[in-house]
Amino acid sequence: MSSIRSSLAGARGLGSAKSGTGHFWAQRVSAIALAPLTLWFVICLASQFGASYDSVTEWLSSPIQASLLAIYLAAIFFHAQLGLQTVLEDYVHAEGIKMASLIGLQLLNILLAVSAVVSVLMILVGAA
Amino acid sequence: MAEFRLPKNSRISKGKHYPAPKDAKRVKTFRIYRWEPEAGQNPRVDSYEIDLDRTGPMVLDAVIKIKNEIDPTLTFRRSCREGVCGSCAFNIDGKNTLACTMRTEDIDGDVRIYPLPHMPVVKDLVTDLTHFYAQLESIEPWIKTDTAKPSRERLQTPEDRAKLDGYYECILCACCSTACPSYWWNPERYLGPAVLLQAYRWIVDSRDEATGERLDELEDPFKLYRCHTIMNCANTCPKGLNPARAIAETKKLMVERRG
Repeated sequence: MSSIRSSLAGARGLGSAKSGTGHFWAQRVSAIALAPLTLWFVICLASQFGASYDSVTEWLSSPIQASLLAIYLAAIFFHAQLGLQTVLEDYVHAEGIKMASLIGLQLLNILLAVSAVVSVLMILVGAA
Repeated sequence: MAEFRLPKNSRISKGKHYPAPKDAKRVKTFRIYRWEPEAGQNPRVDSYEIDLDRTGPMVLDAVIKIKNEIDPTLTFRRSCREGVCGSCAFNIDGKNTLACTMRTEDIDGDVRIYPLPHMPVVKDLVTDLTHFYAQLESIEPWIKTDTAKPSRERLQTPEDRAKLDGYYECILCACCSTACPSYWWNPERYLGPAVLLQAYRWIVDSRDEATGERLDELEDPFKLYRCHTIMNCANTCPKGLNPARAIAETKKLMVERRG
């Protein structure tokens, strides 16, 4: 550390952002939510294995099944967003590229989550 | 981006070889990282053949023997030679540990000794720990109180005192922080396991009155939350401590005070 700045100034940097706990907690809670949801999803997939298109869409027209599926898909992309954000922050050190990729990641996950939920709704109302 | 290959000037070449005395019966080869800042050359690994019958049992005994009897240019830090000062922390046989408490007999094959990983090297096995110490200073590792000073010692129940067990023993050798991939990638902003363990040691101290301020200072995506429970810290600690637990306990307090 051959700098004319003091080492303590370097260590303190810009100080504490006073955040991060929300992200940490959301990641844990979404992970816990995904465990039973994934189990439910796999069981449902297995029960519909080899079934006809009509049978699957009919199964999905139940409000409870459709809601669970929408929540499951939303939770997946929410959890993916939190995790991939951490990966980018870990490894990308150029400030500009980091900011651009974080924004891009967020937009991508919003798009994927919204289109997944919209797809479920379309099946529910019989539009697909 | 993260670097997965050493920069050109850091790539290691083969160094000198120092054979054992002819009458040596139990010979062990010590391969030691060497780098001189003045020489303008790449680092190299010198190999020293040592007669185990003529040296002490620990890796540090052999390293001191090398410096005293074979190659006085070998540079390293050491002081207490009994696992208390934390000076002789090196990467030995692929794992960060103290040379003074690591038995040479416990290592299969050659003994490979490198400086602590991912730290700037000053010379040979000596690394620059300036930033590490500054990070320690930044968490203010001393008691902070507003209550008027008591006329005698500050009291603590045996139960509260027991909460410091597993944390007060840390000797700040930096083995854990320099074994942590998160610390390798973000050392400027992530405090690393050793400093976070020290921070928790004061957070959990019943006599300290600045717990909230200490948590405020740590609540940061980088200072604290770069810990991804990789657990290299607990695996490598030569004192058998678990910095990852201190970090997890800190995160739990962060959640607890929110709701």
